[in-house]
Order: sequence, then C-alpha cells, then structure tokens
Amino acid sequence: MKVLVAVKRVIDYNVKIRVKPDHSDVDLTNVKMAMNPFCEIAVEEAVRLKERGVASEIVAVTIGPKAAQEQLRTALALGADRAIHVQTDERVESLGAAKALAKLVEEEQPGLVILGKQAIDTDNNQTGQMLAALSGLPQGTFASEVVVDGEKVQVTREIDGGLQTVELTLPAVITTDLRLNEPRYAKLPDIMKAKKKPMDVKTPDELGIDVASKVKRLKVEPPAERQGGVKVDSVDELIDKLKNEAKVL
Amino acid sequence: MSTLVLAEHHDGALVGATAHVVAAAQQIVKESGGDIDVLVAGEGVSAIAEAAAKLDGVARVRVADHAAYAHLLAEPTAALIAELSDDYSHVLACASTTGKNVLPRVAAIKDVAQISEIIAVESADTFKRPIYAGNAIATVQSEDALKVITVRATGFDAVSEDGSASIEAVDFVADNSQSTFIKEELAQSDRPELGAAKVVISGGRGMGNGDNFKLLEGIADKLGAAIGASRAAVDAGFVPNDMQVGQTGKIVAPELYIAVGISGAIQHLAGMKDSKVIVAINKDEEAPIFQVADYGLVADLFEALPELEQKL
Ligand SMILES: Cc1cc2nc3c(=O)[nH]c(=O)nc-3n(C[C@H](O)[C@H](O)[C@H](O)COP(=O)(O)OP(=O)(O)OC[C@H]3O[C@@H](n4cnc5c(N)ncnc54)[C@H](O)[C@@H]3O)c2cc1C
Ligand SMILES: Nc1ncnc2c1ncn2[C@@H]1O[C@H](COP(=O)(O)O)[C@@H](O)[C@H]1O
Repeated sequence: MKVLVAVKRVIDYNVKIRVKPDHSDVDLTNVKMAMNPFCEIAVEEAVRLKERGVASEIVAVTIGPKAAQEQLRTALALGADRAIHVQTDERVESLGAAKALAKLVEEEQPGLVILGKQAIDTDNNQTGQMLAALSGLPQGTFASEVVVDGEKVQVTREIDGGLQTVELTLPAVITTDLRLNEPRYAKLPDIMKAKKKPMDVKTPDELGIDVASKVKRLKVEPPAERQGGVKVDSVDELIDKLKNEAKVL
Repeated sequence: MSTLVLAEHHDGALVGATAHVVAAAQQIVKESGGDIDVLVAGEGVSAIAEAAAKLDGVARVRVADHAAYAHLLAEPTAALIAELSDDYSHVLACASTTGKNVLPRVAAIKDVAQISEIIAVESADTFKRPIYAGNAIATVQSEDALKVITVRATGFDAVSEDGSASIEAVDFVADNSQSTFIKEELAQSDRPELGAAKVVISGGRGMGNGDNFKLLEGIADKLGAAIGASRAAVDAGFVPNDMQVGQTGKIVAPELYIAVGISGAIQHLAGMKDSKVIVAINKDEEAPIFQVADYGLVADLFEALPELEQKL
C-alpha cells in the first residue's frame, strides 16, 4: 500500500513571532523555519507502517515556495521514498492545499493519506478534512492510534470528552494528534542519502487547480498584552489577594 | 439569508458552548439579516432539540434524528449540512473536536473556505481569529457566498435561555458506507466541564505523576473548579488527553486559572491567557508562566498545595 504524507513548512514551534509594524502580517524575516510538528508525527507514522510491512512506498508532498523543499528533504531523510513539490509563492490556505493534494491522490492512488491535524502557523485544522471531502474518502482526524487491518483501518481519535474509535474503509485520510507517536530524528547518513532520492516539482497550473484563497487577511495585530503581576510570598498572601484584590474567591 | 448553527451535544444533553455560538450568530444576523436556525443531528435527540429551542434568538430548530447521525461522524454529518446549506449564508459550529471534524468537510463539499475559531464578528463577512498560537490576531474577510465558520466559545458570552423556537424534522438521510463507530471511552467526572468552569486548576510535568493530581482535586472540590493539564502531563500519562489545555488542546478563559508546576510554554499560554486572573505556582522563579501570572507564588507545589487546600 502506498502512503501519501503531507508536510508543511512553518515557523519553528519554539519561536515567538512578532507582528510587522504596518500590521500587514507577521514578520518572518530571519525566523527559523521547520516542518510542522504534526507533520513530523505524520511522517513517523508512515515510516512505522512501512517498517511493519503495511506500507510499501511513502510519498511526501508539500505545497509552497521553493524553500519548502528543505522540509521534503527532511521527510526523505526520515524514511519517505520520494517527494512531490507543488511549487507556488501564493499564500496557500487549507482549501488550496487540499485541492492540490486531491489531484495527487487521484494520480498516485494511495491507500492512506496522512496529514497533521493542524498547522501551527494558521492554526486552521482543516486540510485533512477538506481533502477527504474532495476525494470522497472517509476521515480519521486527531488520531492517537492507527491500526490497518486488511481493507479497513481503525483510528482512535482524541475528542473533547476522551477517546473515540472509528473504522474506515481504505483508502482513507488520517490526521495526527500529539500522542500518535514520538518522531525520530534524522541520522546524518540518512540526510546524505535523502539528497539522492527523487523529487518531482509541479505547479498548481500543471495540476489544473487554483490555490488562491478567497479569504483575505485584512490585518494582523498583536494580541492584547498581558502584564505580569506580582509575586506573593506565601499561601496566606495569595489567598488574601485573590479574596480582597482580585475578588475571585 | 439565514445562519445555521450546528448544535453540540453530549450524553443526551445540549453542550453549553452552543449558546456561545448562537451569540456569534446573533451578531452575524444583525449584519446580514435573516434568521438563526439550529441543526440538531443525532439519534434520539428530541430533548436536545427542546433545549436548543430555548436559546435566545433562534427562530427554528431543525432536527435530523436518525441512526445515521449517531455520534456525529464526519461523513454523514457533513453531507447533511451541505445538503441544507443552500438556505444559508453562514454555517457555524463550536470550535470543538466535533465542529473541527465536520465543518471543513462541509466547506470543501461546497468549494468554499472555512474560517477557524473566530473570536469576534466585525461584519457579516469579516472576522477576527487568532493565529500562531494566539501570538497574532488576524482580521480576515471572506469573499465566498457561503461562510463556514467555527467559533471559539470563550470569545462570545452565552445567550440566555428564554426563547421558544419552532421545531421541525429534517428528512434527509445521508448514506455512509465508509465509516463506522466502534467505541468511545469518555472520561467520567462530576466536575464542571473545562470550557465552562469559572475556576480551572491545571497541573504540569512538575506534578511528578498521576497520583499527585489528587493534590489538585481537594482544591478543585473547594473551588468548584475543573482540572486541566499541560501537554507534558498528558504525554507522560499522568492524566487523559481531554484535560490538555493549550494551542492544540482546549481553550479556556475562566475567572481564575491556577497553573501548578507548569513552565508556561507558548503552546500552553495559547489555551489560557485570556483567563481573567492567572495564578502560577512554580518552584522556578524564572519560569515564563510568571510573565503572564497576576499572582505568582515561587514555591514547591508539594508544600504549597496542601497548605492552600487547608486554608481555603
Ligand atoms: C505542536 C505542539 C503542540 C503543543 N501543544 C500544547 C498544548 O496544547 N498544551 C500544552 O500545555 N503544551 C503544548 N505543547 C508542549 C509545550 O511546548 C510544552 O512542552 C509543555 O507545555 C510543557 O509542559 P509543562 O509546563 O508541564 O512541563 P515543563 O516545561 O517541563 O515544566 C514543568 C515545570 O514544573 C516546575 N516544577 C517542577 N517540580 C516542581 C515542584 N515540586 N514544585 C513547583 N514547580 C515544579 C518546573 O520548574 C517547570 O517550570 C505543544 C508542543 C508542540 C510542539
Ligand atoms: N501547504 C501545505 N503543504 C503540505 N501540507 C499541508 C499544507 N497545508 C496544510 N498541509 C497539511 O495539512 C495539515 C493541517 O494543516 P491545516 O489544516 O492547514 O492546519 C498539516 O499538518 C499538513 O499535513
């Protein structure tokens, strides 16, 4: 079974971003970029499926600027067999990404598509669900366990009240939650080998799709700053402040 | 045109967050005109429909009561909403795991964008939403004819419950041969729901193990608080996943949030920094959580918590 994995280039999760003074966007100049953490979990899951003999080939896909090839190389170093880069300098939102992925699903006919549940830049949490709709596939979102069994897959999902297990027919779309696995690090020899693995570059035009979003970002502002308060010296003082100053007890 | 709100329900009861989503819908219809309809989908949901009919500002409750919608699986529920959507300019749901699962699927079926987790309505087509773990607030404008939106409950005050909407059945039954519900393991708790509690006390990796969360329980009992956790505490298996507060967990904004043994990573802050009053208890005076805390207590939690419980 072929597995398609979608990886997105985003700001490194440790970076605290700043808003540009003109409020047009956040400032990404010289900011460290990385693979979206949920996509790392997606790649790891695909690699484990291959190690278990369930997956036969892993294809990593990204939609984005030239620089996003760096994240595809990371995916290749982690164990993907080949990569597809849908290259565009547009700001691609989830629907655009899902349209590109749907085209590739049509071309590649994977048994499973694994995505992150959420990109930590837009915090959208949409692409997997949209891809599933566009490709007419079932979806197992926010997965904390994935068990492929013949023509079906059981997905345990992290939901608000606890855990839910659903069974989906294959092919299916899965989005990863934090507890699905713990991603490995790429080893140096694998990083070297990854440079020789095949990478296909396509444009949205070649795929016959429009990735532009109909949602305009009018402005981007910093959130209301929270002022740090005071340190209290004792539990007594804390209770006193909460009762008499903050009046929340 | 009108606005449709997907009702969230759990264990046979309407979830409180739905009243917050209706509040967002009220702001939208003030701009766009039309009515507010609530869709109650599920199996055996008549009591839920009656509860939804009481939400202030709702004109009509549409009830799709069928086994196909039990557990609100994404495939049939999205097909149902897409089927009904031609009557509406806006479709709203809570930014819960249900709303997040279903609404993007609806949007893609209708070939429109979805707008996630709005915290403010600027006009019928313009909304505010946090991005980058809440470190920036984007104002976005949708040019799509149909706006499909999830609403962050903490951004809107709940509407009152003195309405009396009409209740109508929806006949459409989505067929679904692709997904089957197997089971649910839901946390049982007598405590208030995290998203709705006035007081939340959360423990982090500093709690050391799951047993030590008992130290929080005594305090939670006295304050009527819900108990939350950091990702580190969930990952370490101290507590279940549904207790995670943060960018990728639950978003809370109680009157009082008490963070215990939590360092204050941006992903955690994203889930709680809109709380009215924040208290941090941490033995490391340099912990970033103190930068957002109104009251910080530098102390060993194993000493501070028993004392706090006793003195409350
Ligand atoms: C994609 C992604 C998503 C994430 N989403 C979330 C999320 O939704 N929510 C979330 O919380 N995190 C999230 N994280 C993780 C986040 O980055 C931090 O790793 C996590 O919040 C740390 O949890 P912690 O503060 O409990 O642990 P630590 O950072 O290890 O802090 C433990 C704290 O306990 C204190 N402590 C230890 N012992 C004691 C004691 N005896 N008394 C008092 N204090 C003590 C220490 O001083 C320390 O400050 C996410 C990370 C990623 C990459
Ligand atoms: N531009 C993109 N390129 C590749 N994958 C993407 C892209 N955008 C989103 N995805 C995938 O969809 C997941 C969820 O993103 P989102 O729904 O946009 O928050 C990510 O973790 C990726 O797996």
